Parts: sequence; C-alpha cells; structure tokens
Amino acid sequence: MGDFLLVTIQVDMHDRLATTLQDDLTQRIVKAKAKGVLIDISSLEVVDSFIGRMLGNIAAMSRVLDAQTVVVGMRPAVAITLVELGLSLPGVRTALNVERGMDLLRAAIAGDHGAPGERLVHGHPQG
Amino acid sequence: MESLPPGLVELVARHEASILSEWMTIQTKSPTTRADLITEADLREESRRFLALVRQAMTSGAGDIHASAWSEAREFLAGLSASRARHGFSPSETLTFVFSLKQPIFNVVRRDMRANADAFADSVWAVNDFVDALAIYTSEVYQKGREDVIRRQQQEMLELSTPVVTLWDGVLALPLIGTLDSARTQVVMESLLEKIVETGASIAIIDITGVPTVDTLVAQHLLKTVAAARLMGADCIISGIRPQIAQTIVHLGVELADVTTKATLADAFVVALARTGSSISRPTRKA
Repeated sequence: MGDFLLVTIQVDMHDRLATTLQDDLTQRIVKAKAKGVLIDISSLEVVDSFIGRMLGNIAAMSRVLDAQTVVVGMRPAVAITLVELGLSLPGVRTALNVERGMDLLRAAIAGDHGAPGERLVHGHPQG
Repeated sequence: MESLPPGLVELVARHEASILSEWMTIQTKSPTTRADLITEADLREESRRFLALVRQAMTSGAGDIHASAWSEAREFLAGLSASRARHGFSPSETLTFVFSLKQPIFNVVRRDMRANADAFADSVWAVNDFVDALAIYTSEVYQKGREDVIRRQQQEMLELSTPVVTLWDGVLALPLIGTLDSARTQVVMESLLEKIVETGASIAIIDITGVPTVDTLVAQHLLKTVAAARLMGADCIISGIRPQIAQTIVHLGVELADVTTKATLADAFVVALARTGSSISRPTRKA
C-alpha cells in the first residue's frame, strides 16, 4: 500500500527549479510507491502560464506512474488568472485545502483499489 | 491673452465695490439667477467672494486662467459648480453667473477709457477672454462631476447585482440578473471564488433565469466561471435554463460537456444536496 506525497510550491519557481522538482517528484513517487500526490499552492499569489503548464505536467506524469494528483489551496486570484490564460487544468483534480484534498484522494483510490489506509508523507519516503 | 493690460487691473481694483453692486443689480433682474433657489444675501456673498478672487488673480498680471495665480478662483468655481448642481441649478444657470460678470466690468472700462480706443479695445478683449475661459472651466468641472456620479452608480449596480447566497451547508447559489459582459463576469468570478474560500462550499448553483440572452460570449463567460470554481475545488450546476436558451445553446454548438445543467433551481438544489450527502424527507403523516 502506497503513501501520499505532499509538495508545497512557493514563489519564484523558475525553469531549472521546476525541472528539478519534476525529477525529484517522479523519483519519489516510484520509490515510495505513492498512490497520491498533493500539490499545495496556497502560498502562490501570482501564477503564469509556465506554472500552469508545470502543474499540468506533474499531474500527467503522476498519472503515468499510477498516482492521482490533487492541487490544493488555489487562491481566487490565481484561479481567475489560470482560467483567463485558458489553462483550466483538465484532468487535474482540485480541492480547497489539504484535508479536502486527502478525502478526495482516498475516495479516488478506494474507487480504484477498494483498499483503505495510507500515510501522508512530506517528501521523505519511509520504509 | 498672455498678460493683462495694467490699466485694466488697476481699474478693477479701484472700482471693485461698484462693480459688485452693478453686478448684483444685473443678476437680480435676470430670471436665470433663480431667486427661488438662492437668497439675495447668499448670492451677494458668493459674488463678492468670486469678484475678490478674480481681482486678486488679476493683480498678478496673468491672463491665462490656468496659471497658478488663478488657482483660488478656479477652486471657488469648482466648489460653486458642485454646490449649484446639488441645489438644482441647471448647468446654463450656473454658467450665466460667470458670464454675467462681463457687463459690470465693461461698464467701468467704458466710463474710464472713453478717450482711448485702443486701451478700451484691449481691456474689453482681455475681460472677454478670461471670463469665457472661467466659464469653460466651470463647465468642464460640472461635466466631470456628472461622469463621476455615473461611474460610481455603475460600480454600485455591478456589485448589487451579483450576490452570492449560501443555500445550504457547502452549497452556494449565484442568481444572475441581467446581461453577462466581461466586466461583470470578472466581478461574478471574484465574488463566487471568495465565497467558496469563506464557506468551504463544494457546490455552486449558477441560476441564469434572469439572463435575457445567451450568446457565445455569455456562454464563454459562464464556462470560465465554472472552470475557475472547479480550480477551487467546487463543482458548478447551471440552472434556470429556459427552453429558448436551451435551443440557442444547441444551435450555437456551445460545449457544456461536463457541466451539469438543470431547468430549475429546485432541481439543481436536490442534486446539490445528494452530492453533499444530504436529502430531504417529508415527515410521514399518521393515518
């Protein structure tokens, strides 16, 4: 049974950092056999098409690795910007906060595997 | 006019009191003075103050009313324009107050400069010039005042007409009334998303019964709002779709792919309750 991974994105995410994040994340998903990824963007006040695309990419990569992604903590201004940019992130689930996000992941995973029980891991795979 | 003829400036200063009394006589005889809206005492005070400010500005010699020497006179006119409008004066009645200052000054100039045609012509022209400019300034201030009122009312209407109501635990309703243009959509999106954060709602019912027409632009705006709410973790149900609108949507080929739509708010409410794990039951009646 896999764990959930929590990724907290803060401001000033530029190209190289984003690539590093994506590398890190995909490796961790595999290592931890994670079934769910929570991306917390509650500290992002401003978003551009780059970050929008990055979120979409992370979700797609996770899906390929059989993990569900939920983006949580989006601020209203950020949501409006993404929509105006035409990036409504299809296929990416969203929730208001981490708790709701975990409920969503549990429901999605239970739907897939019918098995409860997981641990929330902050980027450090355990065991 | 660059600078005022010094003779004129000295003349006005010397005869300020008699200019004022002649001006009052002219004004009280004219119907545009609106004796019903302003008392003679108040009018006299206003005229006295304005004439004093004009005379003060004239002593600088500057003929351009936008120069700093005329700033107090301009401020006075701005205040006058606003207060007259508040008391119900029409714009032309307010402007007539400014224009009517010409005649008493012309009279003084005529009496004094009878012998010198050139000085007379120069002075008359100078007075004409600055009084006209002051009247134009007054008119512009009035216009701007009206535009500010309109803009403020538009803003209020925008805010009033997009309330977001909490229908039930975790269920919001957004009854839209009137047309949905891009400015309004912005306001709608912001209010809805802020309310979602505030209440932690997971469902928003957007009721468009009050939206008269739905064209591709309006549909786009609606879909944007739905997408934005979804990014915040809330699903939207669109209700209040009139038969006409349903036809239009299909004819326009608008894609409402994964948006739930219901004919009435009541239907949408039932769906929302089911999705949030509640249901309505009627108490059974004892036979």
